[in-house]
Parts: sequence; structure tokens; C-alpha cells
Amino acid sequence: MSNFFLVVAIFLCCLIVLTLYRAVVGPTVLDRLVGANAIGSKTVVILLLIGFLYGRIEMFVDIAITYTLLNFIAVLGAARYFYKKKG
Amino acid sequence: MSYVCIVLVSLGSLFLLGGCVGILRMPDFYTRLHPAGKLDTLGTMLMVLGLALYNLESFSFDHLLLSVKMLLIVGFVFMSSPTATHAIVDAGIRAGLVPWSRKK
Repeated sequence: MSNFFLVVAIFLCCLIVLTLYRAVVGPTVLDRLVGANAIGSKTVVILLLIGFLYGRIEMFVDIAITYTLLNFIAVLGAARYFYKKKG
Repeated sequence: MSYVCIVLVSLGSLFLLGGCVGILRMPDFYTRLHPAGKLDTLGTMLMVLGLALYNLESFSFDHLLLSVKMLLIVGFVFMSSPTATHAIVDAGIRAGLVPWSRKK
């Protein structure tokens, strides 16, 4: 089971690298925001997988909850900041 | 229980792969938000649900508490990810971005 979690975590890292393309060279600012949001939602799953791999899931689940909240608040704040600016 | 976990995590990673392809290949900002909003939500929910079920394999009170925390992550992602997508769409419309169409 540990090998399966390791393979899934590496696969998610590859997906994050692919999504990083949209976050870096997106044509508008809001495209970059979409990429950052997608990267954040994948990072939560990777944090839980790291917790299972290290055997310290009781610590990593709190970090994952915190990361979910921070990702949501960061995206909302950035979307409000670019409210009236042309992308 | 372990096989259910493997099936759920594999399905979730498949959905996340679809969302990644959609974000990379869609032609417009609004169309890119479609896979980013739906597939990432469903993929994250399935994967965290599978991990919570795997955590319950050796049943005790501590493991039950950890699984409840993971279910809290699932519920919060279910509420927050569509809200964030809606906020980004609202910002795009207010900024005056024109939706993509085939004939320019």
C-alpha cells in the first residue's frame, strides 16, 4: 500500500508541473489564478499522502485542513483585488 | 476496504488528470474554469474519501477522529471550490474579458 501511495504522489507532482505551465505563462492574470487554485487543491491530497508515507497522519491532516482554508482565502482575496482591473 | 481505497484514489487521480488536460488545452479563460472548477473538486473529494476509508482499516477512537477530520476536508472542498470558481468568473466579467467564440 505504501508503494501505491508513493506512485500516486509522484503522479500528482507531475500533474502539478503540467498545471504550473498555465500558472506561469497564462495570457491573463486570472488564468494564473486558475492555475494557482488547481495547484493548491492538488497539494492538499499530496500532504495527506505524505502523512501516510511517513506514518504521521495525525500531524499532516491538520496541515491539510489549514492549507485548504488558506487556498480558499487567497483565491478569494486575489479575485477581489483584480475586480476592476483589466486582466 | 483496501480495494475500495485503491479504486477511489485511482478514480480521483483520473479526474485530476482530466482537469489538468482541460486547464492546459481549453481555448479561453472561461472555458478553462469549467474543468478547473468541477474536475478538481470531484477528484479531491474522491481521493480524500478513499484515504479516510483506508485510515479506518485498523479501527480505534484516534483513527475515527482522523477520518472525521478528513471528512471535514471533503465537506469544505465541496463548499469552497465552486465558490472560488464563481468569484474568479465574477472578477473576469467585471474586468471586461470577452468570452471566446469561433468566428472572430
